[in-house]
Amino acid sequence: MKRIYVNEMWCLGCHLCEYYCAYANSGVKDMVKALKDKQIQARITVEQRGAISFAVNCRHCTEPLCVKSCIGGAITSKDGVIVIDQSRCVLCYSCIMACPYGALTPAVEGVMQKCELCTTNSQGQPACIQGCPNKAIVFEER
Amino acid sequence: MGINYLYPPFEIMRNQDRCITCRVCERQCANLVHHYDEDKKRMTADESLCVNCHRCVSLCPTRALKIVKTDHIFKENANWKSEVIEDIYRQAGTGGVLLASMGTPKDYPVYWDKMLINASQVTNPSIDPLREPMETRTYLGRKSSKISRDAEGRIIPNSSGQLKLDIPIMFSAMSYGSISYNAHKSLAMAASELGTFYNTGEGGLHKDFYHYGKNTIVQVASGRFGVHPEYLNAGAAIEIKMGQGAKPGIGGHLPGSKIGEDISATRMIPLHADAISPAPHHDIYSIEDLRQLVYALKEATRYTKPVIVKVAAVHNISAIASGIARSGADIIAIDGFRGGTGAAPARIRDNVGIPIELALASVDQRLRQEGIRGNVSLVVGGSIRSSSDVIKAIALGADAIYIATSALIALGCHLCRTCHSGKCNWGIATQNPELVKRLNPEVGSNHLVNLLTAWNHEIKEMMGGMGINSIEALRGNRLMLRGIGLNETELKILGIAHAGQ
Amino acid sequence: MDGYHQRMPLEGEVRIPSGCAISGIIDRSGKRFSAREAITSISVMHDRSNGLGGGFAGYGIYPEYKDYTALHIFYYSSEAKRTCEEFLEEHFDLINLSKIPTKKHPAITDVPLIWRYFVTALPTKLSFSQLDEDEYTARCVIRINREIEGAYVFSSGKDMGVFKAVGFPEDVGEFYMLDEYEGYSWTVHGRYPTNTPGWWGGSHPFSLLSYSVVHNGEISSYDANRRHIEMYGYSCTLQTDTEVITYMIDYLHRRMGLTLEEVSHVLAAPFWSTIEQKEPKEREEYSYLRNTFASMLITGPFSIILGFNGGLMALNDRLKLRSLVAAEKGDRVYLASEEAAIRVIEPDPDRLWYPSGGKAVIVTLDSMQEGEAHGHQLPVSAL
Repeated sequence: MKRIYVNEMWCLGCHLCEYYCAYANSGVKDMVKALKDKQIQARITVEQRGAISFAVNCRHCTEPLCVKSCIGGAITSKDGVIVIDQSRCVLCYSCIMACPYGALTPAVEGVMQKCELCTTNSQGQPACIQGCPNKAIVFEER
Repeated sequence: MGINYLYPPFEIMRNQDRCITCRVCERQCANLVHHYDEDKKRMTADESLCVNCHRCVSLCPTRALKIVKTDHIFKENANWKSEVIEDIYRQAGTGGVLLASMGTPKDYPVYWDKMLINASQVTNPSIDPLREPMETRTYLGRKSSKISRDAEGRIIPNSSGQLKLDIPIMFSAMSYGSISYNAHKSLAMAASELGTFYNTGEGGLHKDFYHYGKNTIVQVASGRFGVHPEYLNAGAAIEIKMGQGAKPGIGGHLPGSKIGEDISATRMIPLHADAISPAPHHDIYSIEDLRQLVYALKEATRYTKPVIVKVAAVHNISAIASGIARSGADIIAIDGFRGGTGAAPARIRDNVGIPIELALASVDQRLRQEGIRGNVSLVVGGSIRSSSDVIKAIALGADAIYIATSALIALGCHLCRTCHSGKCNWGIATQNPELVKRLNPEVGSNHLVNLLTAWNHEIKEMMGGMGINSIEALRGNRLMLRGIGLNETELKILGIAHAGQ
Repeated sequence: MDGYHQRMPLEGEVRIPSGCAISGIIDRSGKRFSAREAITSISVMHDRSNGLGGGFAGYGIYPEYKDYTALHIFYYSSEAKRTCEEFLEEHFDLINLSKIPTKKHPAITDVPLIWRYFVTALPTKLSFSQLDEDEYTARCVIRINREIEGAYVFSSGKDMGVFKAVGFPEDVGEFYMLDEYEGYSWTVHGRYPTNTPGWWGGSHPFSLLSYSVVHNGEISSYDANRRHIEMYGYSCTLQTDTEVITYMIDYLHRRMGLTLEEVSHVLAAPFWSTIEQKEPKEREEYSYLRNTFASMLITGPFSIILGFNGGLMALNDRLKLRSLVAAEKGDRVYLASEEAAIRVIEPDPDRLWYPSGGKAVIVTLDSMQEGEAHGHQLPVSAL
C-alpha cells in the first residue's frame, strides 16, 4: 500500500504541507475562505529543530495502536488506511496517548482527526504531496 | 548614514484579502524581507531587501503576492536613465567596482529574433517527424581527412576521439562554487539521461560526480583549479577555457566566503581564500603556447579524448578561431557577449564582446574560406533561449549548442541577477546549505530532461518542415534562413538574404 | 550587362528549383548504339518537362579520341571564344577542334556558339603543377567557368560527351543529331524549372571530367553541401543541385578514393537506427563514413543517374521521394523515372524492379576489372 514517506534531506520547513492539508480537509472550495483568519489544525505536522525538519503524519500502521485504544470503535482500518468515523468519537484522548507518532489531534472545533491519505475528501491524491515544493514527502510503496 | 540615495527598485504588493498568514514567504526569503507582525496579526514586508527573485510569489498558496517595479521616478531623461544615476551613487558610496551577475540586460539587438526559418512546399515535400525518422544525433570532434584501408581494401575507421550527442545541445560551463552541489548533480543526472554532456566549469570535479564521467566535460581554466591527472581522465573531453562571453579578457572570481570545505577540497585551494582566476593563462601568451597546452593535455590523456578550446566572442574572433583550428584542438566553443556569469564587473559584462550570431557566422565562413572547417567542430553559446534559436544557430554553421542560463531557468532561476550575493533563494547560485537544500536534484534533473526533450521535439518539427531529416544537412545551410529588419552589413556578415529574396 | 545576361536573374545568380525526368541505358557488353532509344524513352515523359532544359550524356562516343579529353564549350560572344582559346592554348595541347555539328530546329532558339576540342594537358605545364592529369584538367575547367565571362565548358571527359540546350530533350536530341553518335551508355534529362533559366549551361546533365549527373529532385541540404564542397576548390557557379552532387561525387570518388558503393553510403547514408542494427564491423564502417563526410549527406528528394567511364550508377534518397525504375534484358540495363519510359523501348524486360531508397544500382561494363571500372585503382594503403 502506498504511504507518505519523508525525505528529510529535502524538507525546507516551509510548512506548506500543513496548509494544503488543512485546506483539503476543510470542505471549502476557496482556499482563502477555508484558511483566512482561522486557526489551522493540519493532519500533518512539521517537526523542526535547528537545520533539520521533516513532516510527520499517520503511518497507517499494519498493527495500529490507535485502533486498539479506541473505546468507541471510531477508528478502523479501511483497506489499510486508518480512518476515523467522527460520529462515534467521544474525545476520550486515548488514541492520542497510544499513538507513538502523535499523528492524531483534536480538530479546532470538533472531535479527533487524522491523516486519511485524502481518501475521504475531494482530493484523490494526498494534498500535502502535491503542495510540497521540493519532493520532501512522497507517496509510494516501500 | 541618515541619507539614502537608492530607493528600493521593487515594491511588494500583498493582497491582504487573500493572505492567509501561512508565513511561507517569511520562512523562505533568504533576504529576510517578510515578517509576521504579532500585534497586527498580519504579514509585512521590507522592500529595501527584496531582489525580485519571486521565491515568495511562487510559493504563496493563495497567490497573494506580486512584485512590481516601483513607480518612484527620477525626472524623465533619455540620457541619464535611473540605472546610470544610481550606479554613480553606488560607486560614490563604496569606491568599488560594480559587480553584476547573469547576462547583460542591456538593449542590444537580438539577431535570433531577426532571422526567419524556411519551410518546404510544392517543389520539395516537408517531412512528418511523427511518422518518419528524424535524426538529431551529432558527433563532435576532428573529422579524418584521409581514407586508409586494410589489406582486403576495407576502410579502417580512423577517426580521433569523438563526442556522441543524442541531441545537439550540451550544458555549458558553470563552476562548482558559482553554482551549488545540487545544481551540478541535476546537470550531471540530466546529461546522462539525455545522452549529452555537462561541463564542470573552472571549479574542478567533485569526487561524488566521477561516476558521471562519460557525460562530463572537464574544464581547465586559467586558475587551474582542481586540475590533476585523475580529473583530466575522468571526463569524456577536456575544455581549455581561454575566455568567457560575459567577461572577455578577465578571469573568474569566487569570494572567500563561498569557499567552504567542499569547494576548498575540490578546487585544491585553502579554505576561505578568494579564488581569483588570472586574466590570461600564464603559460599561454600566444597561439603557439596554446598548441603546447593542447598537446600536453592530449599526452596526459593518451590522445583518447577530444580537446575543446573555449573563447569569448570578440572583434577578431575569426582570426582567433582560425588559429585555434590549426593548433590541434578538436572543437572550438565560442561564447557570445550575452552569456551569463556568477559574478563579473558590470561594465565589462555590459560593454565587452560581440553577439554570438555574428561571431558564429563569420567564424564558420572564415574557416570554410580557409578550407579548414572540417578540422574542428563548432559549439556556440551565449543566450540561446529556445529551440528556434538552436535551429538558427545550426543553420548558421554550428555543430552543437551550449546552454547555461536556459538550464538554470529550468532549475528555477528567476533571473534576479543577484548571484554574487551568494543568497540564491532557489538553491542554485549559493553554497549556504540551508539554501542549497531547496534544489532537489531529482526535481531539477527532471526539469532539465523535460526542457531538452521538448526542445528536441520542436527541433524535429522545424527540421521536418524544411524537408530535412538529418541534422547534419542543416549545418551551415544558410539558404534556410532569411533576415528581417536587418541592414545590408548585418545580412552580409550573417551570410543570409533578406526575407522576400 | 553583357550579351547573355537578361533582365530576369539567370541560373547562378539565383537558385531555381525544378522537377524533371531522367532516363539511362547501358549495354554491358560494350556494344555501341545511337541515342535514338534514349530520345524515344524521354519523349514518353514529355509532361515531366516544360521545355526549358534537356540534355544527354553519351559514353564511348569518341573511340578514335578516347585517350584525349573532349571539351564541349558554349560561347556567348566571339570575344569569349578568343579569350578561352588563348587559355586553352596555354594549358593544353589542342589535338582537334571544331564546331559541334547541329541541325536547325524550330524549338531550339538563342543558340550560342558550340565548339568541341580534343585536348591533352600540356606536358611541361602539367609536370610544373605537380598535379595528376585529372586534377589539372578539372581545375582548368573550373577556372574557365568561373573567370571567363561568356564561355562555359559543359563537358570535359574522355570518350564521352554531354549535349544540352534549352528545349525539350527530344528536340535537343534532334538538334545535336545524336542519331549519328554511338555509345555504350546514354543518360538523358528533361527539365521543369520554376523560373526561366534562359541559359544553356543550366540544363542537365552536369558534368566534370568523365562524371555526368542527371537529377530529378530538390535537395534541402543544398547550401550545407555547397558550403562544404567549396572548401575543396570547387565553385558552385550554377547554384544547382546537380552541380553540387557532381562535385561531391568527384571529390569522394576521385580524390578520396572511395568506391561508388561507399560514395552512396555517404550521399544517402542509412538512418542511425538502421546502422545500429548491422554487424559490428559494418556498423563501424557505415558510422565512420557518415560521420567523416557528414556535410555531404543529401536530404530532400533526389534520384540521380551518374555516368562514368565504364558504367552507370542510379541512386535514390533514403525516403524514396522521387521515382526510379530499373530493368534488365540480356546485356542491356535500363534506368528511368517511369516504367513507361523503359517499356517504350524494351517492352519485355527479363527483370524490372523499383530500387529501394538509399540503395545504389551500379552497372559496369563486363570488360572492366573490379576497381578499374571506377576509372582508377582502389588505393590500398600499407598498415
